[in-house]
This record gives sequence, structure tokens and C-alpha cells, in this order.
Amino acid sequence: MAKGISKAATGIEGFDEITLGGLPAGRPTLVCGSAGCGKTLFATTFLVNGARNGEPGLFVTFEERPPDIVENVASLGFDVDQLVAEGKVQFEHIAIDPSELAEVGDYDLEGLFLRLELAVEEIGAKRIVLDTIESLFSAFSNSAILRAEIRRLFDWLKDKGLTAVITGERGDGALTRQGLEEYVSDCVILLDHRVHNQVSTRRLRIVKYRGTAHGTNEYPFLIGEDGFSVLPVSSLGLEHKVYEERISSGIRDLDRMLSGGGFHRGSSILLSGVAGSGKSSVAMCFADEACRRGEKALYFSFEESSDQIARNMRSIGLDVARWLDQGLLRCISSRPTFYSLEMHLAIILREIARFKPQLVVLDPISAFMESGDLGEVQAMLLRVVDYLKSNGITGIFSHLAHDQTLTKTDAGLSSLMDAWLLLLNREANGEFNRELYLLKARGTSHSNQVREFVMTSDGIRLEEPNLGENGALTGAARRFEEARSRRAESTRQAEMAAAQRRIDERRRKAEAEIEALRAEVAAEEEELARLLAAEEEHRTQAANDLAEMAAVRRV
Amino acid sequence: MEESRPLELTLYVAGQTPKSVAAIRNLEKICAEHLDREYEIKVVDLKENPKLAREHNIVAIPTLVRQLPVPIQKIIGDLSDIEKVLVHLQISAAA
Repeated sequence: MAKGISKAATGIEGFDEITLGGLPAGRPTLVCGSAGCGKTLFATTFLVNGARNGEPGLFVTFEERPPDIVENVASLGFDVDQLVAEGKVQFEHIAIDPSELAEVGDYDLEGLFLRLELAVEEIGAKRIVLDTIESLFSAFSNSAILRAEIRRLFDWLKDKGLTAVITGERGDGALTRQGLEEYVSDCVILLDHRVHNQVSTRRLRIVKYRGTAHGTNEYPFLIGEDGFSVLPVSSLGLEHKVYEERISSGIRDLDRMLSGGGFHRGSSILLSGVAGSGKSSVAMCFADEACRRGEKALYFSFEESSDQIARNMRSIGLDVARWLDQGLLRCISSRPTFYSLEMHLAIILREIARFKPQLVVLDPISAFMESGDLGEVQAMLLRVVDYLKSNGITGIFSHLAHDQTLTKTDAGLSSLMDAWLLLLNREANGEFNRELYLLKARGTSHSNQVREFVMTSDGIRLEEPNLGENGALTGAARRFEEARSRRAESTRQAEMAAAQRRIDERRRKAEAEIEALRAEVAAEEEELARLLAAEEEHRTQAANDLAEMAAVRRV
Repeated sequence: MEESRPLELTLYVAGQTPKSVAAIRNLEKICAEHLDREYEIKVVDLKENPKLAREHNIVAIPTLVRQLPVPIQKIIGDLSDIEKVLVHLQISAAA
């Protein structure tokens, strides 16, 4: 809490956050805006929250009857009747019918002061709401007296140390019709209700807040089932948990493209692509895989109904109906134009908070581009991304790109996303082929390949890349290239076999010749041996003959 | 107009402020000089009993309320313009 000024919490979700504690305690605050923008609800929430936390409150109404106010807020879960019975809240209905009133001479509003003082004392009020004090101007014609009295009223509120909320109708060019802002110097809050493209958006802006830091932006707010809540889009920081754990995308081939096998838990993954490039199918693979792990997944569809999704996913072999039946998967379908952007955001955040999923799919986020301003869409998505990250929920966002040559998204989402899968649908040689490219994956090294992406009845498959002579090939060209190389291979193999056979033949022939020659040589050697033997015998015979002859001669 | 019933007038004041004192004085003067019928004047000091302000839905001080005859008519101010008071009390054409 800021020093110097003490604050009274309003209990309005988000508002206490942007004002660093709430409204200035013991001082008046002006809440102004046009009809139906939620002034009374703001005031009632402030009062009820005070009453619940030990600060009794007085509701002074100049217009609506107290039973109507009680009834109006009962639907938001405020049991005002109970608080009234406990003496924590009191209504003071000050109705003035100008038709039965005539003014003659000088007067003041002492009666009002006496009534306020009495009521404040009765319950020991610390908070007070005046809704709307401007009604007095229609009841009394002497505005000089009124202005003096209202100034006195504001002084009186300060003297009493009451934390006051005064509501005022928006006037032309001024914050309030009667210039009430000139009496309030501490805190002025402007509520706005705009209709753009037939979708209404509520905004809140702190025009003035003396003595304290506060956000000066326009904050979207909404009045939902849970009451008044402000969405401080820009007040979120970057302090969220980081996970090392990897989770599978449900597409094995895709997981393999990332070193480490899958995406980090709690990361936000953008799937962008043109129409029919398979964004929803990839997104559903993530959800299906989460359910297989026994985790819960929440699928927000802005284009299809949950039955239609279930039917379509059967065509790629994903049986998501069983997850729906088991309560692991929830599909929430709503048209983007059905609510305002803020309402969508609130519903998304509320459903996430209720269902507590580990994975959330928003399909597609580009659907909002038509209904809202780009900056607002980005702010909303930032809020969703931050919410998911701070809760460790993996977020899958699909985005319909109109031009796939541009690697940028309309809402400048890239910086919000941890991973970006680009789904392409490229025409080549008279056919469209789906391709997938991992454009970015923070904190993981990943493949640089553009992979052909095939949806079959058994799921999604990424084809091994075929690097042809002129770059990567896809589709029929890839298959043709594969067939061509298969043919070339078989021809080559046939040639090899033939060459083998030829060589074998020749070897056999050569060996036969060698054998023949060897046999010839052997025969010749045999002949030679025979001649040598004959020669030897001849020599022996000759020697014998000679010896015999010599012997004969000696005799 | 039903003449038989008395005119019931209540003047709400808050303490003895100059405006209240002036209103009381003016009312007494008007009644004494311009009314030729029965009337009852009640002066209520809301400072002494603020609950009556809530009960009778009084915001401005001083307020003169004509309870009878119905419908209730309220005049706020110090009643300094006698003609106007008589018009609003619908007793100008005093019979």
C-alpha cells in the first residue's frame, strides 16, 4: 500500500490491483459514466464488500427504490437483505417528486443532512454511496442553492471521514451533467460503454487519483455472473514458473524435430496457417495427447461446435469423444461476435479457473481480429498467455493467416509465443501439399526442415524429407522422385548383377584355360620324366655293356 | 372545496436558523391575514427528532407541508412571497 494515503478496498476484481489498494479511505470518489454503464453496480460492490469486512455502509438512493437495487445485485451473489438484517448495510431512499414541490424563498438541504447523519450513526457507517446525487438537480430549481449545498455535503462527508462513492451521469463534454467533478478533488473514475461493430465494450479509466500512483490506461471491465471485474491487462508482469519437462505434441514425427523430444510444459505454441492447412487437427493432437497422459485439456473453439470437432477428428483417427465422456476434455464453442472481447476473455479465464486444465487450445485466435481492434486483441491474448503461464498451463493458439509468405501474425503475436509452427499449403505441379515448418521454439534446438505433413486415418505423419536435385520435394513430386529413384536403383542393381555374372563367367573360363594348360604342362613333364628315365636306362645299359665288353677283352 | 375540515399545515425546521425563523413568522402572518377558515399549524424541529425527516421524506429546510386537504402539497423556502404561498396552498381565492 502506498504511503500517506490509506485505501479502502472495493472488492472489485482487478480494480484494487490497478489502484494499489482501492479507493481513498475517508474521502469522496466520483464515479461517472453514461446510463447503464455499471455505476450503481460499482457502488454496490464497494458497499457490500465493505460491509462484509467490518465497514458498515449506507446506500443513499435518489432514484431507484432499495428493493430494486437489492434485487438487481442478488443475481450476482450479493445477499444485501441479509446484510441489511445484520445492520451492516442500510438504505436511505430519498425520493423527491418535483410535482408536489414548490419553492418559495430561501432554503437549504438541512433535512438531507439530518437524515444522512441519523442513518450514518444508526449503523456506524464507514462507507456511503450517493446514487445519483445529480437527481437533486431535477428536483430543485434553484441551482445556486444546490451547488452550495452539494459543496457543503462533500465537506461534511470528509469531516465524517466517510469513504464515499458518488455517482454521476455523463454530460456533454463534461464528466458529469452538473459538473460534479469540480467538487471532488481526490478520485474520479470514468466508466464507459462503447459499441463498436455491434459489440459492446465496457471500459474504466481513473481520471484522477490524488496522492497515489495509479494506472492511467483505459481498462476493460465487465459485468458478468460474478459481478463487476476490471481486467488490468497491462499490470501483469513476467514472473512465471519455468518448466524443464517436455510434453509430446501427439505427433511423433513433430516431437522428433525438436531436440529433447517435444515442447516445454507451460509454453505457448502458435499454429499459424492458411485455411485448410490442418491447424485444428494439430491442435487437437496436442489435446488428445494430454488426455492420453491423463491430463485435462480445454478446447475453446470459435468456429466449430464440439460435436463437429469430435466428428472431424475421427477422420484423422483421433477419438476425442471418449475424452469428452471421461471429462478429461472440454470443448467450449462460441462465436467471436457473440460477446465482446472482454467478455470472451473473462469467460476464457473463468472456465480455465474452473476446469483447471493442463492444456488449453484457442482455435482460432484470428477469429477475434474481425470483431475487435488489433491492439485490444493483442492485449487480450497477452492476458490469456500470462494467465496460462503463471499457472503452468500449456497454451495452443491457432491463427488463420491470409498470406503464408509473410511470417508474421496480424496481432503481433510472435513475441508472446514460445514456439511457432508454420503450416503451409503450397501449390506445386498442379497440387496443394501440406507442409509444416518449426519457425521458432524457444529454448530448444530444432530441425530446419520443411516437412510434408500428411493427415491419414491413422493420425498425422510427417514424411521424411526428400531432397531432390532441385530442393525439397513434396506430394506427387516427392512420390515421383521416390519412384524414379527406385527405378534407377533397380536398373543399377540389374546392371551390377549382369556385370557380376560376366566376370564370374570369365573367371570360370580363365580357370578352365589355366587347368588345360596345367594339364598340358603335366603331360609334357611326364614325357620328359619318361625320356629322362629312358636316357638313364640307356646310360646304365651302355655302362653295363661297356663293362661286359671290357671283361671279355681281358680274358 | 370541503370547507368543514380544517387546513392542516406542518412546518419542518431545523433549529432556530434565520430561514426557519423567517418561515415561521411568514406562515403565521399569511394565516392570520389571508385565511378565513380553520387551520392548524404544527412546527416540527427536525434537529430534535431527525427520524421524522425520514418518515415524512423531508429534504429541504424549511418545508411547509399541507397534509389536508389531500393531495399533500409541499412548499420549501422561507415563504417570503406571500402570493406564491397562497397559490400553492390553493387557498388564494379565500371564500
